[in-house]
Amino acid sequence: MGQFLHTFFSPFDFLRSAPAIWNGFQLNLELMVVAEAFILVLALLIAIVRGLPGRAAAPLRAAAIVYTDIFRGTPLLLVIFMVEGFATLNYFGLSSQSLFRNGVIALVLVYTAYVTEVYRAGIESVHPSQRMAARSLGLSYMQALRYVVLPQAIRRVVPPLLNDFIGLQKDTVLITTIGLVEALGQANQWSSDYVNFTGLTVTAVFFIFLTIPLARFTDHIIRQRERRERAQAV
Amino acid sequence: MSENGHFVSLQGVRKRFDDLEVLHGIDLDVGEHEVVCLIGASGSGKSTLLRCINLLEQVDGGTIVVDGQTITGAKVDVNRLRQKIGIVFQAYNLFPHMTVLQNVTLAPRKALGIPRSQAEGHARALLRQIGLEDKADEFPDRLSGGQQQRVAIVRALATGPKLLLLDEITSALDPQLIGEVLELVRELADSGMTMILATHEMGFAREVANKICFLDDGVIREEGPPEAIFSSPREERTREFLARVLEGGRL
Repeated sequence: MGQFLHTFFSPFDFLRSAPAIWNGFQLNLELMVVAEAFILVLALLIAIVRGLPGRAAAPLRAAAIVYTDIFRGTPLLLVIFMVEGFATLNYFGLSSQSLFRNGVIALVLVYTAYVTEVYRAGIESVHPSQRMAARSLGLSYMQALRYVVLPQAIRRVVPPLLNDFIGLQKDTVLITTIGLVEALGQANQWSSDYVNFTGLTVTAVFFIFLTIPLARFTDHIIRQRERRERAQAV
Repeated sequence: MSENGHFVSLQGVRKRFDDLEVLHGIDLDVGEHEVVCLIGASGSGKSTLLRCINLLEQVDGGTIVVDGQTITGAKVDVNRLRQKIGIVFQAYNLFPHMTVLQNVTLAPRKALGIPRSQAEGHARALLRQIGLEDKADEFPDRLSGGQQQRVAIVRALATGPKLLLLDEITSALDPQLIGEVLELVRELADSGMTMILATHEMGFAREVANKICFLDDGVIREEGPPEAIFSSPREERTREFLARVLEGGRL
């Protein structure tokens, strides 16, 4: 027992490893913020494309479906390796040296596929009569989408979006496998240098303290809106 | 105004959903300032007919002319057409994420490009007329059904339509809330609004309509002035329908 506590919860190692891991953790934060910004926008666009009506849009819809099928089905770690491998070809100005950028690309490719499905579920959950009412007022398809369907759809999917965002935060540690020394990279270094795994505990604590306030904040937003828009129970 | 002097003119309108044809050739003329009531059992095609008139449904045959424009042909600007034709639905279909004022001003602002302050001024004036100005900043869920439906009517009026389609707008309301909605429709009729209503309120139809059309299995079985239809219907099917409705205590 003492051995276990010492290996994972040594106060000395905790304090000594924390600064370096904190430095690495900033990279995780950057990865997650940059990737999430792209994901939220791209996934929304792809979800909209998937819902476009008419025969003319069929190839676009098909492309969107193929994309989500492929990248939802491929393990993230595999995609990270493939992007890094692809970058060695130096196409499109990519470089195998740009670990951060390659990591972001891999995260965006995979998580956009998930988040597209989340948005799509939200869009489909808005009753067709809402779109019909908007169109009946003379709004165009895109106006009905933008002002009536999407605002309602996005509100409904805030919790699942947050879920995927937390998943993304945690998966940023996978970028360590192509050599980016973020939090887990620092922790691993500590482990091998001092034969002590407390660095891993430190990393876990950082991630946990990141997600808990985010979850509470989302709960708060949802409750606040409910109170504003819903009728009080009589 | 079309060549034959009618504001709305339908000829041989057919509508099919998959294998089921629900409108088998409808002919209907509505003059300007006229109020036409469509009556008939559920599933007789009343709602579908109304939705065809503002192209929420595409017709499979026949022509519809509104205000001199053939709307069933190619190259119709549906968005512009719908600004001229308001429709109100049974289930109100207000936008729950917007306040009453935002509901009413959305189409004027985004579809017509009217500046916000002007659109809001107009919307508040309309809401004042129906006594709901103090609800302008409430969300629809906080209003009673009757209030919501009156807001939906005002929302349809906000783009200045020349024709109003009302699709069983009191069917989802508690009996004590029906009166305030019908009162508003009566005022609109008095002000000269051209309207086509699908309704189960026979007493009201009799009172406001210039013409009653009895829809039965996707055709207009009988049409005429209210007195004729309600007092001395010619068709056996019309008599049966009215007798059934009378039993239900709706006249």
